[in-house]
Amino acid sequence: MKRKELESCLQQVDVFEKPKLLLEQYPTRPHIAACMLYTIHNSFDDIEDKLVADLGCGCGVLSVGAAVLGAGLCVGFDIDEDALEICSRNIEEFDLKNTDTIQCDVCALVPERFSNKFDTVIMNPPFGTKHNKGMDMQFLKMALSMSQTAVYSLHKSSTREHIQKKADDWNVKMEVIAELKYDLPASYKFHKKTSILYDQHSLRRYKMSQNRTSILFGC
Amino acid sequence: MKLLTHNMLTSHVKGVTKATEVKVTDVDFNSEFVSRMIPKIEWSVLVEAADTLGHLNDLPRDLPPDYESSEDFLRKVHHVLLEVEVLEGNLKCPESGREFPITKGVPNMLLNEDEV
Ligand SMILES: C[S@@+](CC[C@H](N)C(=O)[O-])C[C@H]1O[C@@H](n2cnc3c(N)ncnc32)[C@H](O)[C@@H]1O
Repeated sequence: MKRKELESCLQQVDVFEKPKLLLEQYPTRPHIAACMLYTIHNSFDDIEDKLVADLGCGCGVLSVGAAVLGAGLCVGFDIDEDALEICSRNIEEFDLKNTDTIQCDVCALVPERFSNKFDTVIMNPPFGTKHNKGMDMQFLKMALSMSQTAVYSLHKSSTREHIQKKADDWNVKMEVIAELKYDLPASYKFHKKTSILYDQHSLRRYKMSQNRTSILFGC
Repeated sequence: MKLLTHNMLTSHVKGVTKATEVKVTDVDFNSEFVSRMIPKIEWSVLVEAADTLGHLNDLPRDLPPDYESSEDFLRKVHHVLLEVEVLEGNLKCPESGREFPITKGVPNMLLNEDEV
């Protein structure tokens, strides 16, 4: 499938009806979602036949994309029932059989309990605003423990240094894969987010003990 | 909720209880994916969940050693992992006894406020 085809496919995905600001509900735009997923698929082969988790899946644009690209199974996690309902509808409309969703608070899960269960984690996490600072880092920590191979995550470019420091602390290698121009809807103009985090586990760098590698990528 | 998804949650919740609605869908068989999932899952939990739902599909209690080479076996596992879905039911945590509802196929792992 060509990137353009994936993008036009993702344009059919319904988005939040009444976005909840507190939960930072804005969808990943089809163009960005397609760029992200296409790169993960084509350059790193981390989607096809893989067990994928999508943290904070919202209405499911990333899950749908991963499923369309042939994930063995993509499991979406979100705290919000209304978003998950739209997500289920999208899955139904696309007639996808390789997806599932779980309603949960990603920050309340115990990371160790999921250790390495999933192959790949993809996500566009909440950044964390004033009242829930550090949310993106909590998502990241969870994602790193869940994935055996790689984490791909969108982050604000202004947080890059901070993420780099955390990654060093966690013994994770982080790399920027691409820089994305994020075309947020007007209501969210106060955000600027740009990169995707990519994490590669020791499986790739085998014998390098627990050293994980990750690559931040945006466009 | 597919039983593969359920299995990923097993350290949070073990059994499926009171499943009132179960659906079986056709999912394309992918032997490579299924055999790669087997070492990731908790076999006994899968067998128990499948049994509770009445979809054991002849799965043995013990995982056969040479399972990768048996397409027949992998197809059975495929069916149980990916084709059987719980639409309505409950998940139960064996330690706390807490139950988590599954509604329209979506398990809800959020705790009620009085449980936090
Ligand atoms: C930036 S949106 C991304 C939505 C979707 N993944 C996409 O790419 O279009 C963040 C999502 O995280 C969810 N979310 C916020 N806090 C959460 C939490 N504590 N646990 C799980 N999901 C959460 C929101 O409901 C929202 O759907």
